[in-house]
This record gives sequence, structure tokens and C-alpha cells, in this order.
Amino acid sequence: MSEQVILNIAGVNKRFGGLQALTDVGIKIMKGQIYGLIGPNGAGKTTFFNVITGLYQPDTGTFELAGKPYSPSAPHAVAKAGIARTFQNIRLFGEMTALENVMVGRHVRSHQGVFGAVFRHKAAREEEASIRRRAQELLDFVGIGQFASRTSKFLSYGDQRRLEIARALATDPQLLALDEPAAGMNATEKLALRELLVKIKAAGITVLLIEHDVKLMMGLCDRISVLEYGKLIAEGLPAEIQSNKAVIEAYLGGSH
Amino acid sequence: MALLTFDTQKDPKKAYASMAVVLAVMLVFPFAAAPFGNSWVRIADLALLYIMLAVGLNIVVGFAGLLDLGYIAFYALGAYMTGLLASPQFATVIESLINLNPAIGEGLAAVMGEEIRSNGIHLSVWFIVPLSAALAGVAGALLGAPTLKLRGDYLAIVTLGFGEIIRIFMNNLNDPINITNGPQGINLIDPIKVFGVNLAGEAGSRATVVVGGFSMPSVNAYYFLFLLLTIATVFITSRLQHSRLGRAWVAIREDEIAAKAMGINTRNVKLLAFSMGATFGGVAGSMFAAFQGFVSPESFSLTESIAVLAMVVLGGIGHIPGVVLGGALLAALPEILRHVVEPLQQKLFGHVVIEAEVLRQLLYGLAMVLIMLNRPAGLWPAPKHEDRPDGDSDSKGQSSGVVAA
Repeated sequence: MSEQVILNIAGVNKRFGGLQALTDVGIKIMKGQIYGLIGPNGAGKTTFFNVITGLYQPDTGTFELAGKPYSPSAPHAVAKAGIARTFQNIRLFGEMTALENVMVGRHVRSHQGVFGAVFRHKAAREEEASIRRRAQELLDFVGIGQFASRTSKFLSYGDQRRLEIARALATDPQLLALDEPAAGMNATEKLALRELLVKIKAAGITVLLIEHDVKLMMGLCDRISVLEYGKLIAEGLPAEIQSNKAVIEAYLGGSH
Repeated sequence: MALLTFDTQKDPKKAYASMAVVLAVMLVFPFAAAPFGNSWVRIADLALLYIMLAVGLNIVVGFAGLLDLGYIAFYALGAYMTGLLASPQFATVIESLINLNPAIGEGLAAVMGEEIRSNGIHLSVWFIVPLSAALAGVAGALLGAPTLKLRGDYLAIVTLGFGEIIRIFMNNLNDPINITNGPQGINLIDPIKVFGVNLAGEAGSRATVVVGGFSMPSVNAYYFLFLLLTIATVFITSRLQHSRLGRAWVAIREDEIAAKAMGINTRNVKLLAFSMGATFGGVAGSMFAAFQGFVSPESFSLTESIAVLAMVVLGGIGHIPGVVLGGALLAALPEILRHVVEPLQQKLFGHVVIEAEVLRQLLYGLAMVLIMLNRPAGLWPAPKHEDRPDGDSDSKGQSSGVVAA
């Protein structure tokens, strides 16, 4: 695999009033990796995530995606640049069917406006058909193709997580950012999720993963960063992280 | 609603058959109603205008989930636009301008010409309708712009304010320059002329319109025009609904943050929803003005905005057939009551016990309470798809819990 940097972020600071949520945080992700971000509750993982994806405005920081600087000023611009995300607490379009949810994900890679919608000329019909086809492919890819026409709020919890991943994949991302995808899953579902992530990696998509489940992360990730109190305290291979003193202290408390 | 289905995605054959049935009924209606007098068709004319409004408002409220309580303002803009550009009113405008500032007034009069100075502007419907649509569309975007960050109650209050501002403007723009003629309204608005046929009937024809050797009352001619426009409105909105933009609107309604994260530029897409919805309001307004021949601010009160919103909510928010049903019911019901209740009471009791207007309010309230209790999603809500891979439990009701074999 070519060693190409897909995401290079450095010097991110973020303050909420009197709280310094992130202090000089940076990560560097190589193409094709599954990159983990772990840390105790309240360490700033989701804040960092929201900064990367444009939901929060950072105070400082430099942002580069596939060698090109991007500005995380608005979420839709970040999605267009090529970072797709899921949410810690699932955010699907509940009243829409599973297929429609994924079709919304294609929005940013399609163009038809009012004219095309009303007159359905050839280009509009073709685009619509290709959106539908791609959406169905992605549902099949994550393994819920048979539920395409089900209203998404009626899907089971695990399937909703999968649907959210399919929707994010529909934006043709260079980087797929997952915020605690295993939260609330049982052991079987976690195993299935793990298989899916391996499949996504095999498809050549880089994954940034926030997770609490250290066991899942250790076996899955190529590299891991650890956040505590808004600061990076360790970065390295899973094995290195596992034996890192600072990390053990952060998770289990200091030895005093 | 098992007999008629309009779900073209699921059962296109049945949906098109249903549409054909409805269309046939609509086409036959004015002829069937003719023996009972023109008033029934007149009621249907106004109901069609309300349906246009409700379907237009449904884009904003139903699809994009933006609660708009000032929608009638766009109707007013369309109506007043028509009033200014197709009546003697513009002569009054110039006259008041001359009184205020002779130099500018005379200058404008010289540019416009003597004809306009004495008779006002009389544009053709082909100009007025696109102009009304465009004006309302721009006004929609202008209203949308400052409300982009508001949702729910806050948005409702701002849009309510906008609706009132427009009405108050119409009420007071008669001084120093008399643009709207104030509370008296604009009179003598030209009836619609299509391909040389005057829909109000030629002078002295006793409001009979002759089309290709075929004569019918004026209200029937307007009926067919409004029917055509309503069909166009329904067609355009349903095409929009099943498109990339329609999905983006619904996505914003369902979860705005997720919609943003999926790359939807929510600002533009919301403004488009406001603007598209307003466009239909503007067209309906200009039709209203030409049909009545008269507009005044009291036609555009807050109650009207609420009535249109009630049509959308009562019919089935976000579901076009439901909204059409809601519009038809709420627009026609009060008129039917007016025509039925009082004569009926006269016959039964010899005098009127409850006036139709009072009864209308009572029934209106009762209907609202009953519907919100029993069918909170509206009379005819959008179908939910809970179908299992082995079949379709949609029509079998909420039989969830049954394991699919």
C-alpha cells in the first residue's frame, strides 16, 4: 500500500467559554488505514470529531485532506471535500425509507435542480436511476439490502447503525469517520460490525474510528491515538498503546 | 382510502387509474352542478384556489418542516401585483405621485405615456402570472433569509409577523403615494383573457363565455382554468417531492444536522423551499384578484394563513393527496354549510336557530379536536412502509412482532 497521507491535522485548539476542550491536538492518517481514537469519557473525542467535520469551529488548527488544505467551516463543505461521518447517537432521517436515506447521501455527488426535477429530462432520469442503483448497492454492501423499502425508524438498532454507515459511504468519502459505531451493541453485533469495517477497509476507504471498546479497537486498528482532558497523550501501534504507562493511568487511574 | 391510491412509486397502474377517475369527476362536476345554479361552481373555484395554496404551503411546512404562519402574504403579493398591473389603479398611482412631487410624477407619466396616465396598466395574463410568481418567489427567499437559523415556534412567530407586515402595508400604502388604495382596495381588476377569450364573458353576454362555439357560464370557464393550474401545481410539487431536492427537504425536516453532515447546503435548500412554496401562493393570488375583480387587505388576514395551514395539517402533512383533500374539505365545507344549513332550518323550524357562520365555527373547532385526537397525522397521511422481506404488512395494519418466516 502506498504511504499516502489522507488526513493531516495539526495544532487544533478549541475553547468553550472557560473550558479548554482541545489543546494542540493533531493526527495524521495514512490512506487505507483504520485509525482509532480512544480516551476516557469527556476526553474531547467527539469535540475533535465535530471540529474535523465542520460542526464546531476550531480556534486554531491546520487541516489537510489528501494533500489539499480544506477548511472545516461548514459541515456540507466538509462532506463535499470527502469526509463523511456518522453520529454517536444515531441520526437517521426517520420517516424516510432505508433506500431514501442512502439516496440523500448521494446529494452531494449529484446536480439536478428544480428544472430537472419537474421535467425529468434524460440527464435527470439517468442521474436519478444511478442514485437509486448506487444506494441499493451500498445497502447490499452493508448487508441490509433486503430492508431497502422499510421506513428507517422501524429498523433494528444494529441495522440503523449499518444504514448510517451506508448513508455516509454514499457521499463517496475519502475518509469515513465513525463516532462510536459499536455503542449499545451486543457481542454478536459487534462482531458483525467488525467484519463490516474490515470490508470497508478492503474497499480502499480510510476509516477514523472513535470507540470505547478497547478490545475491539486493539484488534482492528492500524494505529491509535489516545486523548485525555483534550490533550493527546499517546500515539502508536495498538501494541504500543496497550503497554503505554500514560494510557494505563488515564484509564485505570494513577498508582498512588 | 383503499379504493383510491396515488402512490405512483408502489402501484403506478392503480395510481394512474385513480388520478383518471378523480380527473373525470372534476371535469364533469361543473356540468352536473349547472342545474343547481352557478354558486356551486363558484365555491369549487375558490376551493381550487385554496387547494393551490395548501399544496404550495405543503412544500414549506410538509416537506421542509418549516412552520410558516405568514403564507397568505405571498397570496396577497400576487393579488396586489395583479391589481396594480391589470386595473385603472396605476393611473391613481401616477396622479398621487404628481400631487406629491410634480417633477418626478410628470416625468414618470411622460415615460409611461398618456394611455397609462389615464387608464392605468392592463397587462396580459401571460405577463402577470410569471411576474406574480417571480415576485412571490423573491419575497419567499427574502423572508427565508433572516429565518434560516430559526425552527419551530420561533420561525412561526417571525413568519406570522411577516404576514401581518404585508397586510398592514397593503392597508396603509395609500399615502403619500397611493399604491394600494388602502383599506378600500383595488377595484375593476381585469378579468382573465386567454387566447382572446374573456373568461368573465364579453360585455352584455350575461357572463357567458363562448369557446369554439361552445358556451358556458363564466364561473365554469374559471373553474377549468383553476383546475388546470391546480393540476400543474400538484404535478410540479409531486415531481419535486420525488427528486433530489425533495429528498433534501425531507432530510432537513427529519434531522437538520445529519442533513448538513451529508453535504446538503441547508441554507440554499431551505431558501428554495420558501421560494417555491411562495411562487404557488403568488400565482393563486393573481388568479384570485382576476376572478374577484377586487382585492382588499381584509382578504389576507392571519385567519386565512391559519386556514391554509389547517388544510395542510388536517389533510395529512407532507402527503400531497391528503393536502388536496384537506384543502377541498376546509374550503368547500363552510360554503356548503352556508347554502344548506339556513334553508334547512327554515324548513324545519320556520326560522333560523343557529346562523351558518356560527355553526361553521363550531363545526370547524369540533372537527379539529376530533381529528387531532383520532388521526394526529391527518385524515390521509403518507403511507408508512414497514414491509417485511416476505411480504407487505402495510395494508395488514401494524402487525409487527410477527416473525417473518
